[in-house]
Amino acid sequence: MSQIVKMQGMNKYFGKLHVLKDINLTVEAGEVVVIIGASGSGKSTLIRCVNGLEPFESGKLEVDGHPLAPKGGNQKSLAEIRKEVGMVFQQFNLFPHLTVKKNIMLAPMKVKNTPQVVANGTAERLLQRVGIADQANKYPSHLSGGQQQRVAIARALAMEPRLMLFDEPTSALDPEMIGEVLDVMRELAKEGMTMMVVTHEMGFAREVADRVIYIHEGQIVEEGKPEDVFDNPQNERTQSFLSRVLKH
Amino acid sequence: MEFQFQFDWQAAIQSIPFLLKGIPYTLLISFGGLAIGFLLGIIFGLLSINKRWFLRWPATAYIEVFRGTPILVQVLFIFYGLPDLVGGPIDPLTAGIAAIALNSGAYISEVVRGGVQSIDKGQTEAGLSLGLSRTQTFWSIVWPQAFRRMIPPLGNQAIVSIKDTSLFSVIGVGELVRQGQVYIANTFTAFEVYFVVAIMYLMITLSLSLILRLVERRGLTSV
Repeated sequence: MSQIVKMQGMNKYFGKLHVLKDINLTVEAGEVVVIIGASGSGKSTLIRCVNGLEPFESGKLEVDGHPLAPKGGNQKSLAEIRKEVGMVFQQFNLFPHLTVKKNIMLAPMKVKNTPQVVANGTAERLLQRVGIADQANKYPSHLSGGQQQRVAIARALAMEPRLMLFDEPTSALDPEMIGEVLDVMRELAKEGMTMMVVTHEMGFAREVADRVIYIHEGQIVEEGKPEDVFDNPQNERTQSFLSRVLKH
Repeated sequence: MEFQFQFDWQAAIQSIPFLLKGIPYTLLISFGGLAIGFLLGIIFGLLSINKRWFLRWPATAYIEVFRGTPILVQVLFIFYGLPDLVGGPIDPLTAGIAAIALNSGAYISEVVRGGVQSIDKGQTEAGLSLGLSRTQTFWSIVWPQAFRRMIPPLGNQAIVSIKDTSLFSVIGVGELVRQGQVYIANTFTAFEVYFVVAIMYLMITLSLSLILRLVERRGLTSV
């Protein structure tokens, strides 16, 4: 199996704050890695480093064979990496001035010069796949949160990414809409998409993840199969975190 | 002595044809100046938020100078001062358009800056994460949204600039106020003529407000 993400001794600072400490992590093709941890632990920052939305200070990062240099280094591979890595944000970040379909067509047409008819067909197919084909010509503000997030997933998929990053994709959703988004993600995982998911949905993590990673204060303190991490955590930090989030 | 004043409708109406001759100049200076000012505003507004200081500083200097000095001084400087520098006279119309352009450009720079900065950072991140370049992300995602938010303050600036052209009577452009002054010099009907002049400005600015409101409403339905 090929490694899609390879991090070696990665360090990241916000000013003086050391937010990622000596991160070593690899993600294999087809693998679903779920990253859990308290707010401010650095889990979002970690996946934002993968597509260069956050630069890092030292260490090595390789995404699908493209090495990405630390801050100040050669960032030429960034364009290539971003073409191959899709991202879904907590706040959806759909483009409010474009219809749902245009949201999805924009990147293939601008980045890959996909002809409009082809991009249009892809958009329709993807909307079908995430279950909102009937909303294609609406503007994002007319959709529910769950529908918007599904559009955001379709938009990222339109670039045919090798890796999908999910940054707390259900945290801004009303409870009744969380399920529909997780369903789409579950399908995606089943189809073999490589995924890195930051989430507080422990049920989803247990069910879908191939590997769960627990981050505490910028460090990976526990890593393993979901059943091991959830049922038999070795580190006391993990134990206390899980006892707090799993209780309710 | 009893003082009596009566509004002379006849005089007011008679002044209209002469005053109307000023309107093309008023409109030409306003909208010619604003068109250039809009371009300057985009250029300097975007430069003023550039990461590189050597682009940002000159833009900020331009904005501060032209916002911080009276437009009357600016036009006098261009019309009476600059000829010494360029070694030839500058015609009043050109000076007027230049003054409106430079002055509105400074204010529009701030409108552009505010509009662009008001767009959530998540929009840029979404664009970049999809593989768009910074330039593509800006022009196809950030700018269209920012521009929509800029329409009300741009309309405001257009109205301010239209009224500012009235100051250019001092350099002898035959715009609306200048026409009024010339007419009054012959008829001594100041009250009536300035009343008509004021109504004419109002008609121009009200039509503009109306158009802007329509544009805004159309813009809003699609967001």
